[in-house]
Amino acid sequence: MRTIKPVGLIALLVISIVFPLIIKSPAVTTVAFFTLIFAAAATAWNIFSGYTGYIALGHAAYFGIGSYAMAIMCKDWGLQGGYLPFLLLPLAGVAAGIFAVPMGWIALRTRKHTFVVVTIAMFFIMQLMAFNLRGVTNGSVGMTLPIPTNWSGVFFNIPFYYVALLILLIALLHSWWIRHSKYGLGLLAIRDDEERALGLGVNTGQFKLSAFVISAFYVGMIGALHAYYIESLYPAFAFDPLFDLVVALMTFLGGLGTLAGPILGAIILEPTQQYFTMRFSQNGYYLIIYGAMFLAIILFLPEGILPTLRRRLARTNSESSGLQTNIQKDEEAPAAEATIHSDEVKR
Amino acid sequence: MTLILDAIITGLLSGSIYALMASGLTLIFGVMDIINVGQGALVILGAYMSFFLQQQFHIDLFVGLLITMPAMFLLGLGLEVAFIRPIKRNRTTLSILITFAISLIIEGVLSLLFTTNLVQMHAWYVDTSLRIGKFYLAWVYLFDFGLSVVLLGGLYFILYRTKFGFGLRASMQNRTAAQLIGINVERVSAITFGIGVSLAAAGGMAYGATTTFNPNSLYDLISRLLVIIILGGMGSLRGALIAALGMLVIEDVTSVVWSPVWANTVFFMLLVVVLVLRPQGLFGQLEGRKQ
Repeated sequence: MRTIKPVGLIALLVISIVFPLIIKSPAVTTVAFFTLIFAAAATAWNIFSGYTGYIALGHAAYFGIGSYAMAIMCKDWGLQGGYLPFLLLPLAGVAAGIFAVPMGWIALRTRKHTFVVVTIAMFFIMQLMAFNLRGVTNGSVGMTLPIPTNWSGVFFNIPFYYVALLILLIALLHSWWIRHSKYGLGLLAIRDDEERALGLGVNTGQFKLSAFVISAFYVGMIGALHAYYIESLYPAFAFDPLFDLVVALMTFLGGLGTLAGPILGAIILEPTQQYFTMRFSQNGYYLIIYGAMFLAIILFLPEGILPTLRRRLARTNSESSGLQTNIQKDEEAPAAEATIHSDEVKR
Repeated sequence: MTLILDAIITGLLSGSIYALMASGLTLIFGVMDIINVGQGALVILGAYMSFFLQQQFHIDLFVGLLITMPAMFLLGLGLEVAFIRPIKRNRTTLSILITFAISLIIEGVLSLLFTTNLVQMHAWYVDTSLRIGKFYLAWVYLFDFGLSVVLLGGLYFILYRTKFGFGLRASMQNRTAAQLIGINVERVSAITFGIGVSLAAAGGMAYGATTTFNPNSLYDLISRLLVIIILGGMGSLRGALIAALGMLVIEDVTSVVWSPVWANTVFFMLLVVVLVLRPQGLFGQLEGRKQ
């Protein structure tokens, strides 16, 4: 187990790095690019929602803010298409993070159930703003971003692919670091029992807000990258309610609160979604299939793939030797165990 | 001045329509602790059902409710039994995702059946208006208001004067305790979901008669409905009624004195202010610690 893990991780990294060099077809690299940005978005979303247990369904707002920040910066500073706009991505992320501070502060005044609804409502407020603040966002006419004209059709996806991969890796490392730090422990304590965490000296307000802002930062960056990729922005697409849902669904499918879960979910769902979009051009079929897939995942795999697998694995191991698995379980899946435990208490 | 008065009256009348839809939503939350994000889609589904009955069978919009409301009640029962009841852990969160998925499916089916072109309902009370002083008001607003009063009165009667209502309110206060004193909470939940969905059907007809709509209207509706129930306090019927009326009055007055573009922004700003001052909403209770 100990040696398989790092070797597997390095193999995955190498595969993801050489992937666009081997398979050059733009159709494939496009899907790969979307998979990467959604994996990164789900990882970022998981930093807040997975660890604290507060489900935010309004992160599309930060996605949109990031993309508009990118478009406005490119326009005001007269940037040409090329590698330069990639350097603006962190700034776009910071813009989203700045918006997230007051919005998160207000939303986090409410508790878990109301919080979900407040985030949805705030998302719609931001979408409305994008329509209404014509001076800034150009309203429903939309905005365009600089186009990298000297990149050929085959090459076009490559820079985007690597930038997306880089963001994913940074977000993943950040998530890993949080998961194994005292800060992350505080976030998990909030998920399991907020009152008790507060009583034990966790500054719950600050912990929740900072995690919220961190995840908004990454989502904003991804929004900016996406905007630069598609080169045009409209309020309805920059602030897309489906994004909220898709990111949450990916994380739930892989395993909420686990490190690899969001990425696994994205790898499974995003290519499937792209396939359906291509296969059924009519929007209706696509929505129906997507909704049905969604229902099936939640009904049959409510815990997500990774926690379910881990439990299976632990069960088969415990049949051979009881003691060893207990130790292993504690190390491998404290998150999953803690969820199960806290829910049993609630019931 | 007359313009503002006009705006207030229209606001109150159309607010009663939102009260109808929002009461279903907040009732479901109160009893079952789940947030039915699909309410917007169900409202639009109700509107299309009434529209379909009128187009195909020439059934009057209001008479059609006698068919659509029971049908949607059954649909609600079915949805609860098939999708909500199986969730055992993490109910609130998963229910939001599930109802969102249901909403997507409904949107997909409706856009396949009716396309995404805007639809307008027609009837004599939609197309003719009543003249009050200097302004005109379509009859349908008055009819809708009457419908809301009747249905909300009926809801009040069920909640406060029937045995089922006692069970429902008990489950609202404390699910476990209600179960312990012999209330079949699962049955109450299913029926509550049915009632909430059939109120959505009525609200949908009333909404559809006052405006044009298409399957995408559900996003606009659900954002307003969610804001209304947060503002009123989640699970508070009285709060939902007052917030619905207040919202539409504020919106209509803003669009007269300022600009229609900013009408709902003002309302959303109000939400932010209320949440800063009273996180539990106007009439909500603070969420206690749940073990």
